[in-house]
Amino acid sequence: MSATFVILEERDGALTQLSLETLAAGKRLAETMQLPLHAVLLGDDLSSHNTQFAEINIARIHFVEHPLLKKYTADAFTLALEQLIRATQPAFVVLPHSYQVRDYAPRLAARFGQSLISDVVAIHDGPIFVRQLFQGKLNADYHALGSPAFVSIQAGAFRADAIGAAAIPPEISNFAPQLAAEQIRTNPSEKFREAAATVDLSAAEKIVSVGRGVGSAEKIAVIEELARALGAELAGSRPVCDNGWLPMERQVGSSGHTVAPKLYIAIGISGAIQHLVGMKGANTIVAINKDEHAPIFEVADYGIVGDLFDVVPALTAAVKAAKS
Amino acid sequence: MKIIVAIKQVPERDAPLRIAADGRWIEDSAVGYTINDPDAYALEEALQLKEKHGGEVIALTLGPERAAAALRDALAKGADRAIHVLEENIAVLDSLGIASQLAAAVRTESPDLILTGLQSDDLGAGQTGVVLAELLGIPSATIVMQVEVTDVGLRVKRELEDGWFQHIEMPLPALLTIQSGINKLRYATLMGIKKAKTKDLKVMEAAPLNTSAAVSLERLHPPEKLKRTQMISGTAVEAATKLAEILKNEVHAI
Repeated sequence: MSATFVILEERDGALTQLSLETLAAGKRLAETMQLPLHAVLLGDDLSSHNTQFAEINIARIHFVEHPLLKKYTADAFTLALEQLIRATQPAFVVLPHSYQVRDYAPRLAARFGQSLISDVVAIHDGPIFVRQLFQGKLNADYHALGSPAFVSIQAGAFRADAIGAAAIPPEISNFAPQLAAEQIRTNPSEKFREAAATVDLSAAEKIVSVGRGVGSAEKIAVIEELARALGAELAGSRPVCDNGWLPMERQVGSSGHTVAPKLYIAIGISGAIQHLVGMKGANTIVAINKDEHAPIFEVADYGIVGDLFDVVPALTAAVKAAKS
Repeated sequence: MKIIVAIKQVPERDAPLRIAADGRWIEDSAVGYTINDPDAYALEEALQLKEKHGGEVIALTLGPERAAAALRDALAKGADRAIHVLEENIAVLDSLGIASQLAAAVRTESPDLILTGLQSDDLGAGQTGVVLAELLGIPSATIVMQVEVTDVGLRVKRELEDGWFQHIEMPLPALLTIQSGINKLRYATLMGIKKAKTKDLKVMEAAPLNTSAAVSLERLHPPEKLKRTQMISGTAVEAATKLAEILKNEVHAI
């Protein structure tokens, strides 16, 4: 019987949060299609992982092992998964929409004459896969017309705890792909980080964050004053950091920091998907934006539609007054 | 070095969007169009590589007649020539269909390097570049923040999650998907705009595809609200005062 496969990723020996969320998405899909749920992990030596999956509610785990899978390369991962999928014929292949998956999954899908349905935020009966278009301003329902269908899942879209605990441990399959060093065309080096960080946004209780709407570096001062009045850290969206208006280390979003403060005030930020992924876990979100249709209002608890250069100085004054 | 830059014309970021009557795309005559933002950075990177290493930059697009404006823009900024694969109904193509059309055009040129943006502002699938590399049988790297030409090919800096990076080496020909912010965009000069009018812009008819679409976009709809947002109205001062009260008494953040 064909299955729903979920491809897992690890970091420092543990499954990533997004992998767990992807398992929950896979479970949702497996249930609506009445298919067994299988997980897949790739690596050079996974023998120590047998016990790690004992309590995860899946029918089977496929360990895909080869010395050339120790370090990620698009060529090795694509080849290994292509061989596994041809051998096992799953109906659906569900992947985390991580930077790694974005690098190889489109290739993998193309080898089966398929297009990856990427960055999916919901799965409905059918199955219908919902993804965001126009930077989150509209959603779209997609159908997969062929098999296997390839789907990647957006961070934060599914709850990891929906997987549930296992009554019995999953069965284990070992798969040894045929890979040769000369098939791998890229040579990756070790991961690194730029200069040491001077700010830890992930630990901040309050964050005031600014987007393209501020218009220029000089005008950041208006936002900074509000941050100071609130005792909040100052952060920015990707365009603000790209333009050098704030240092890169203050960027919130998928390519910057993921934050979950008590209070997040988004000013002049439209709320592109890449930004929302990094901040929608905040307890209270306030959005100030001149466009009432900006996607940021979809995740905001409180919203003010207006010109930030009118609203923010008034808010700074009101915060100072409220403190005294 | 012969470089092809694949660019897409997309609705402007602040364009008001209306869903078309058939529900499957937006009213596309109602919006203004521009070069997809990450593609603009890919074009700039190609121009800088040419300035350093010599060669030729060819701008390539797939799209309806209006998309020619994006190519003229690229020519004005310094691309040497352009190729327009004419496809009036680009919205019905999936990533594989789009990449197949682009691959057919690229094969006639045999470039050393292909650059494109990491994803489009409209569909945001983030696949065209990678699938194009797959169809051409060449290596690729995605979400690239730096490109160096070496004796054996390329050394690129890839962006990873949470502020991590990685260098990757690869031989040419290769394809890179470029991240926004990799460089500083240039503006077209008056001279550039003038010169663009004399540059070659080749128009090709899209070839019939031998495979049907693998996925279909059934219906557009407004996003479901994740939270009930309390909108605070009034003048700026009134709204700010109300918000400060909420932050103090309900959120306990003051």
